[in-house]
Amino acid sequence: MIVGQQKKAEEIIKMLGEGWESLLIVGCGTCVTVSLAGGEREVEALANLLQLYYGKKGKKVTISTDTITRQCDFEFIDDIGEKIEDHDIILSLACGVGVQHIVERHPQKIVFPGLNTSFYGATTAVGEWVERCIGCGECILDRFGGVCPVARCSKSLLNGPCGGSQDGKCEVDDDIDCGWELIFNRMKDLDILDKLLVFEDPKDWQPYRDGGPRKLVNKEYYDE
Amino acid sequence: MSEPMSLLQKKLEAGHFVVCSELGPPIGANVEFIKKKARKLVGYVDGVNVTDNQTAIVRMSSIVAAHFAREEGLEMIIQATTRDRNRIGLQSDILGASSLGLNNVLCLTGDHQSFGMDPGSKNVFDLDSVQLIRAIHDMVHRGVLLNGKEMKVPPKMFIGAAANPFGDPFEMQMMKVEKKIEAGAQFIQTQAIYNLDKFEFWMEEVRKRGIHKKVYIMAGILPAKSVKALRMMKTDVAGMDVPDSLIERMEKCEDPEEEGVRVAIEIIERVRKIEGVRGIHLMPVGWEKITPEIIERAGLYPRPEVE
Repeated sequence: MIVGQQKKAEEIIKMLGEGWESLLIVGCGTCVTVSLAGGEREVEALANLLQLYYGKKGKKVTISTDTITRQCDFEFIDDIGEKIEDHDIILSLACGVGVQHIVERHPQKIVFPGLNTSFYGATTAVGEWVERCIGCGECILDRFGGVCPVARCSKSLLNGPCGGSQDGKCEVDDDIDCGWELIFNRMKDLDILDKLLVFEDPKDWQPYRDGGPRKLVNKEYYDE
Repeated sequence: MSEPMSLLQKKLEAGHFVVCSELGPPIGANVEFIKKKARKLVGYVDGVNVTDNQTAIVRMSSIVAAHFAREEGLEMIIQATTRDRNRIGLQSDILGASSLGLNNVLCLTGDHQSFGMDPGSKNVFDLDSVQLIRAIHDMVHRGVLLNGKEMKVPPKMFIGAAANPFGDPFEMQMMKVEKKIEAGAQFIQTQAIYNLDKFEFWMEEVRKRGIHKKVYIMAGILPAKSVKALRMMKTDVAGMDVPDSLIERMEKCEDPEEEGVRVAIEIIERVRKIEGVRGIHLMPVGWEKITPEIIERAGLYPRPEVE
């Protein structure tokens, strides 16, 4: 899923600026609900906080909320289409995809991002998420014992570790496991270490961002 | 075996025990800084590495600084890290370096940018060091670029790689060394050695695998001028092994600089006796002026001449 982190209230307030009377905060019911950053609970909490802030300032504003299933589908955005149009400004607590999807549907509206889109990750503990994939567009997990060198090595090295890891930790931070040590240990356990001796060619980064913004069409379903 | 690509390669092929040193380019555009440092090394070394934005700190480019040092009469070894340049930039630099008469290259991954003063910069790592070695090998020995394009005048490069005898897991680090050699590395410069027992064990493993017959191995020597420097290396430098006994020895001595020189000479004397060690690589970080003294006192002066 996409892991997000809510921006600080001060940053949001600065971003929203002056000159508006009504604000709609839109939450997203999928990824960022799971990562506790932009679901219904966070939307309501933020609305209360902003209400309190503007109240104290003596500024008369209307703050409404709504949390839809997914902001990355027009179908759900359209469910609240009128509500969006009825407000001066919109604050989306979805990932960057959701923010831009509302913009596309409502080109006249100013839509602000309330989150920082962090990464694709997995939940490892309550309130803890870790990156496991960078979406490089060409999965190579089959050759690395199911541990990704692109996402889990700080340098995305394909032919083995750098010289900087120590005690299984990355040179960048002791909190980061050396991705290559994870790969090595796993492949050793599986008794397929010989696979690691194969030279890995330079990766084709076109399926990643280096081929420009990406688009995917599945002809089986796509008409028009 | 093809024509030697450089003077350094010639000396190694002639069977000489070689001495390499290191030069850090300035933070600034001071050409005289490089030239002055270079002049002090003339006659004492068979090759001088010029670091490539070491520890991810902006400095004069390795190739340009090496060019100026070469003008003073030194044989140079440029360094190329994959942190700052993609395959286009790296190959372009190799062509440029070769055309300047810089024909030795040490291929490295490079310290992560979080070590330096620009932690917010974007890294590249389009290639890793093994892929860079293979790319340069193919440019030099097959006359083709990574994209398959043939060159009428290919570059000339003697290709080097780094190895850390103290990295763990041992087997994983050894595997990487073998991949570098398979990719085309012709010489290896090791991480600085303080733990000689461990280094001897590593060399034993190197000989078991026949690695010493495929590449020229130069043992890394880092003369330390204070106990503080040693302690810092132990705790702050990734992949370093500094025995406590050495730290104690430096603590107790009266003249740390003299003791640092003595330690370096002792290490040199011991690694010279190890089968498969074909030279040393002196890295007197921030203490470059000590290089000639160490080389003389270690009995490695004057340096051999080759045709």
